[in-house]
Amino acid sequence: MRMRNKELAGLLYMAPALLFVLAFVLIPFGQLIYTSFTSASLLGGGSWVGWANYERIWHDSNFWKALGFTVKYTVYITPILMIGGYLLALLTATNRPILQFARGVIFLPVVIGLGTSSLLWFWLFDQQVGLFDKALVDLHIAQDMIVWFSSADWALWAVIISVVWKVIGFGMILFVASIQGVSRDVTEASLIDGATYWQRVTHIYLPLTSRTILLVTLISAIGSMLAFEQLYIMTGGGPRGLTFTSVYWIYQSSFIKFQLGYGSALSVILTAIIMVGAAIQITLTARRSPA
Amino acid sequence: MSDAVIAQRRVRAAPASQATEAGAPIRYLVGAVAVFIAALMLAPIVLSFFASIKTTADASASPPTYLPRALSLENYVKIFNYQAGLWSYVSNSLMVAIYAILIVVVIAVPAGYGLARFRFRGKEVLFLLLLLPLMIPYQALLTPLYLDFAKVGLANSQFGLAIIHAMLQVPFSVYLMRNNFEGVPRELEEAAVIDGAGSFQCFSRVALPLVLPGVVTIALFAFITSWNELLAALILMNKETEFTVPIMLVSVRTGHFGAVDWGALQAGIIISIIPCVAIYVFLQKYYVSGLLSGAVK
Repeated sequence: MRMRNKELAGLLYMAPALLFVLAFVLIPFGQLIYTSFTSASLLGGGSWVGWANYERIWHDSNFWKALGFTVKYTVYITPILMIGGYLLALLTATNRPILQFARGVIFLPVVIGLGTSSLLWFWLFDQQVGLFDKALVDLHIAQDMIVWFSSADWALWAVIISVVWKVIGFGMILFVASIQGVSRDVTEASLIDGATYWQRVTHIYLPLTSRTILLVTLISAIGSMLAFEQLYIMTGGGPRGLTFTSVYWIYQSSFIKFQLGYGSALSVILTAIIMVGAAIQITLTARRSPA
Repeated sequence: MSDAVIAQRRVRAAPASQATEAGAPIRYLVGAVAVFIAALMLAPIVLSFFASIKTTADASASPPTYLPRALSLENYVKIFNYQAGLWSYVSNSLMVAIYAILIVVVIAVPAGYGLARFRFRGKEVLFLLLLLPLMIPYQALLTPLYLDFAKVGLANSQFGLAIIHAMLQVPFSVYLMRNNFEGVPRELEEAAVIDGAGSFQCFSRVALPLVLPGVVTIALFAFITSWNELLAALILMNKETEFTVPIMLVSVRTGHFGAVDWGALQAGIIISIIPCVAIYVFLQKYYVSGLLSGAVK
């Protein structure tokens, strides 16, 4: 009887959150799946069309281009964020005031909005007024002001540079905490054994912080697969529609072309991709560190 | 990883001293490199600030200059008077953020307590359910949410947008509050029960005051997420008077007849950055500790 009450009390405390998720995540997700089988338009109407939207996706080269670009973006940026973030963490992991200060500054862009930072970098990359371009010229790294957004490859790197600037501090701060969490006994034992700094990094820090590394990889990769703001602001999907991401393409289909049914089918596919990714990474995390 | 290591990780807040054996030259080098990187990271914001206090003509000059030739508040005046006026966009953003904070706190704090203190069948499944917004990206849910909200008058509504912003924060907030409540010694509540406190009193009088820093943290994160969020606002708020600050910035960027007013844009960027940086600088303790306790277990 006591147990029963405790169960009810626990459920009661969780009820508001559960109802919220039910109303604003689960039910809309059901509606999304339903709409994906209709020809609904943002202007209303629509009838059941079965798998037609999904068949259309299969033949929609624009969608595959957008998905391909999203994957490419993710595959490029994730290792940069992981390795860069970890190196910054190793550099600043000691609690000396000057390093704590540097950590604080490197983390600063994380709190700025992605939209805002994209606008900031859109300006820095402008071939007329952009100071990033001017700095490259002044430092003799580039000959002339680069026209970043007229080629898909340059545009991709411009976006990557801006996003790395914005989010690298996130991984760094988590890595610092987990490096600092490594027991002093372990590091001291390695010192007694005469381990060099890099031996300590590869044999102690990396394995003992693998859980955090996987967690940050998961967060970064999923975030990159869902990229929208940075492309919407910096490239507008251009040039020639080469830099649309999946989310951007969904936005374009649903809210610019008003094709809700089709946009919903795209959203279902995107959700499936994200879920698979999340599941793989979560399983990996669990297996690598049984504790 | 052994239990002993974890226990030590939990107990030891102070870090290992990995540089203790490093010589002075290496220490200086590490410090210099770190400061150099920090300066590079700060440069875009500093340059944007400099551009914002240039004259409008100077801010659009090509080739550009790093420093302003003359100081001017022209760009800020323009942003203050932009269309419906800056204040209307700022107040829209603030109201959305306040609603989002309220929703997050009201649902995540008790949920965290329920998860930390009660043992019941299916609890893990329910916890996963609350993490669902991590697995179903909100970007995919915007279409049905837009349609539902339009039906019940929540389109172009600050509260409607706040619901979506709160949804983004639910998994993190619940997770963080659960960890916070787990950190409260059970003995305190057991003692309270002996003194005749009921379950709700244990929650509100004993445990809650001890996790207030965590509550502050989830509120801060909700604010920053909401203040910065663009996509949902873009879709939900299609009336100019309901625009939030990020949409206002995009529309400044779009400009008139294709010509971007670079100076006004920089002024807008600086204004949108200020609240986030202020929170980060003044409440860094809450912010960073929250990030860590939420993500690194």
